[in-house]
Amino acid sequence: MRDRGIVFIMKNAVVSALLALVLFSLMIGIRTESGPSGQLTYWTRFGELAAAVGAVFVGSIIVETLKRWTGSIGPVELPETVRRAFAMLGRLLTPALLLFALLVPVIFYNQRYLLDLGILVLTYVMLGWGLNIVVGLAGLLDLGYVAFYAVGAYSYALLAQSGLPFPYFTEASPYIAINFLQPGPWAFWVLLPVSGLLAAFWGMLLGFPVLRLRGDYLAIVTLAFGEIIRLVILNWQELTGGPNGISGIPRPTVFGIPLTPGEDGFAALIGVPFSPTHRLVFLFYIILALALLTNWVTIRLRRLPIGRAWEAMREDEVACRALGINITTTKLSAFAIGAMFGGFAGAFFATRQGFISPESFTFQESALVLAIVVLGGMGSQLGVALAAIAMIGGFELFRGLDQFRMLVFGGVMVLLMIWRPRGLVSHRAPTVFLQKQTEIASSLVKEGRG
Amino acid sequence: MSAATTPLLAIRGLRAAYGKIEALKGIDLDIQAGEIVALIGANGAGKSTLMMTIFGRPRARAGEILFDGQNISSMPTHEVARLRIAQSPEGRRIFPRMTVRENLQMGADATPGSKAERAVSLERVLNLFPRLQERMEQRGGTLSGGEQQMLAIGRALMSRPRLLLLDEPSLGLAPLITRQIFSAIRTLNCEDRLTVLIVEQNANHALRLAHRGYVMVNGLITMSGDGMELLQRPEIRAAYLEGGRHA
Repeated sequence: MRDRGIVFIMKNAVVSALLALVLFSLMIGIRTESGPSGQLTYWTRFGELAAAVGAVFVGSIIVETLKRWTGSIGPVELPETVRRAFAMLGRLLTPALLLFALLVPVIFYNQRYLLDLGILVLTYVMLGWGLNIVVGLAGLLDLGYVAFYAVGAYSYALLAQSGLPFPYFTEASPYIAINFLQPGPWAFWVLLPVSGLLAAFWGMLLGFPVLRLRGDYLAIVTLAFGEIIRLVILNWQELTGGPNGISGIPRPTVFGIPLTPGEDGFAALIGVPFSPTHRLVFLFYIILALALLTNWVTIRLRRLPIGRAWEAMREDEVACRALGINITTTKLSAFAIGAMFGGFAGAFFATRQGFISPESFTFQESALVLAIVVLGGMGSQLGVALAAIAMIGGFELFRGLDQFRMLVFGGVMVLLMIWRPRGLVSHRAPTVFLQKQTEIASSLVKEGRG
Repeated sequence: MSAATTPLLAIRGLRAAYGKIEALKGIDLDIQAGEIVALIGANGAGKSTLMMTIFGRPRARAGEILFDGQNISSMPTHEVARLRIAQSPEGRRIFPRMTVRENLQMGADATPGSKAERAVSLERVLNLFPRLQERMEQRGGTLSGGEQQMLAIGRALMSRPRLLLLDEPSLGLAPLITRQIFSAIRTLNCEDRLTVLIVEQNANHALRLAHRGYVMVNGLITMSGDGMELLQRPEIRAAYLEGGRHA
C-alpha cells in the first residue's frame, strides 16, 4: 500500500481525466445561448474542454505524487504541549469572541459597512442558534425555518401600522398611556415579544401535522410549509402588499426616545451632535442582546429536563416514550421555542430594514441558516456562531468576485465535509456532571448523515 | 406467592395485531406483587409484542390490561410509564450520544420524585452495577453490550418502578455477564420486593430465576406453572433447552 508506483499514479490520473471529460463535455464543451430571434444557438468549445481535462490530469498526478512523499493524509498526532495550548485557546475563544462583539461598535465606529455587516452576521448567528434548538438538539430536520422569520417580520410590520393600542409616555401622565391611532415610540419593544409569540404559535401549527414524521419526510413537509407562508404573503395583496412589500416600518427607539436629529431625539438628550451611526450602533447592540438571549435560554434549557428530553428524543424516540416522556409536547415545544427566536429575529430584521418584501424570505435563507447549523456542528453553540461568521463574512469577502462566489462557497463546503464531517466544533458538552465537565470527543458526535 | 390477592398486573383475553397479522390471539396472564414471572417462547411467538402492548404500542384490539385494578390498555405509552411501569426494551435502546449519567437521569426525569429520592435510586443502581460507576461520564454508545444492558436496566430502575419489564436481557451477552445481570434481578426482587416480568429465549436461565413461568407459542399461552416445574417438563426441554444446551 505504501508503494504507489508510477503506474498507479498514471492510472489514477487517466481515470480522473476521463471522469472530467464526461462531466465537462456538456458543461464546458458546448455553449448554448438564445439567438437573436429566440431560437437556441450553440457552439463547441473544445479548446477550453481540453484545457480543463488537462488540468485535472496534471492535478491528479501532482496530488498523488505529493501523497507519495508525505504519506497518506490522516489525523496528525500533536505533541502534548501544543495540544494543551490549543485547549487553552479553545477555552479563551468564547470570552474573546464575546468581548470582541461588545467592542465592535467602538472599534469600527466610523466604518458603516463593517457595522452593517456585523448586524447581518449577528442576525444569522441568532437564526442559527434558534434553528439549532430544532435541528441540533431535538433532531427535527426543518427546511422551512425562514417561515418563522417571515412571520416575525410581518407580524411586527403589520401590527406596527395597524393602529392597535400602543403604550407611550406623555408629559401629562408619566404613566403608560394608550395611543390607539398610530404606533407609539414603544412600538418595537411592545411588538417584539408579540412577534415572537405569533411565530411560536405558527411553530406549533407546523408541529401538529408533522408529529409522526421523521427525517426526509419531515424535511419535505417543513420545506413546503416555508413556501406556503411565502406564497401566502406574496399573494395576499390587501394585507401584505404582495410583492411590493411593506415600507415605513417604525424604527426602534431607545426605550421610547427616538434616534432622530430633532430636539427630543436621543442625541440632543444626551448632548452630543446627531449622527446616523447612533442608530446602527443601537441596532447592533439590540441584535447582540437578542442573540445572547437565544444562547442563554438554550444553554439553560439544555440543563433542564425539557432540554434533556429533546436530546434523548433525537437519539431514540421509542425509548423516550417508554421512559414516560410525552413526545407530542416535547416536539411541539422544540418547534415553538425555535420558531419564537426566529420570530424575534424577523421583527428585528423588519425594524432594521424599515422595508420588507417576500423576496427576503425565500428557501435560500432557510438553506443558509441550516448550512450554518450543520457546518457549526449539530448542537454546538460556539460552532454555530463561528459558522455564521465564516459564511456571512465569507460571502461579503468574495463579493468582488461575484459570479465565483457560489463556486468558492461550494468548494469550501465540500472540503469542510471531508475534513470535519461533524462540523467545525463537534464536541458535545454533557449537561449533567459531578465536579468537572468533560468533553465528548468529536469522533463520537453525530456525523453529517441525514 | 398466594394467588388469593389481586394481581399487580392482570391481562385478560388480550389481542393485538400489526395490520392484518394477529400477533396476540387472546392472552391471559397474571403477575402478583413481589413476583418474578418469566415469559418464554421461540422467535416470533409474540413475547415482545405482548410487552409492547402493555405499553400501548401496538394498541390492544381486544381484552384488558389491568395494572393495580386500573385498565391501562388504551393509555398512551408515556402515561403507562408514569404509573411506574418501567421497561428495559428489546435491543436496549440506550441514548448512545448521551453520557451514562445523563441516560440514568432520563430514567428519572418524567416520573415525579424528589431530588433525595433520585439520589437514592442512583445509589441503588450503582450498587447493583458497580461497572456503571466507572463509566459515568462516558458516552452510552461506547459501553460494551453487557454494560449497555446494565445501563438499560439501571435507567428503568431510576423511576423506582413498581413493575419492571425486561425484554431479552441476556441477548448477545457472555454467560458471565448474563449471570451478573440475572443475579442483580434476583437481588432487586429479594431486597426491594420488585415485581419483574422477564421475556427470554434463554429458557433455562429465565425459569430458574422466576417464581412462575408462561410459555408462548404463536400468540397464545400454551403452558404455565411454577418455574422449576416447567423446567422439568419434557416438552419444554425438547422445545427450548435441547437447542440451547451448549449455552
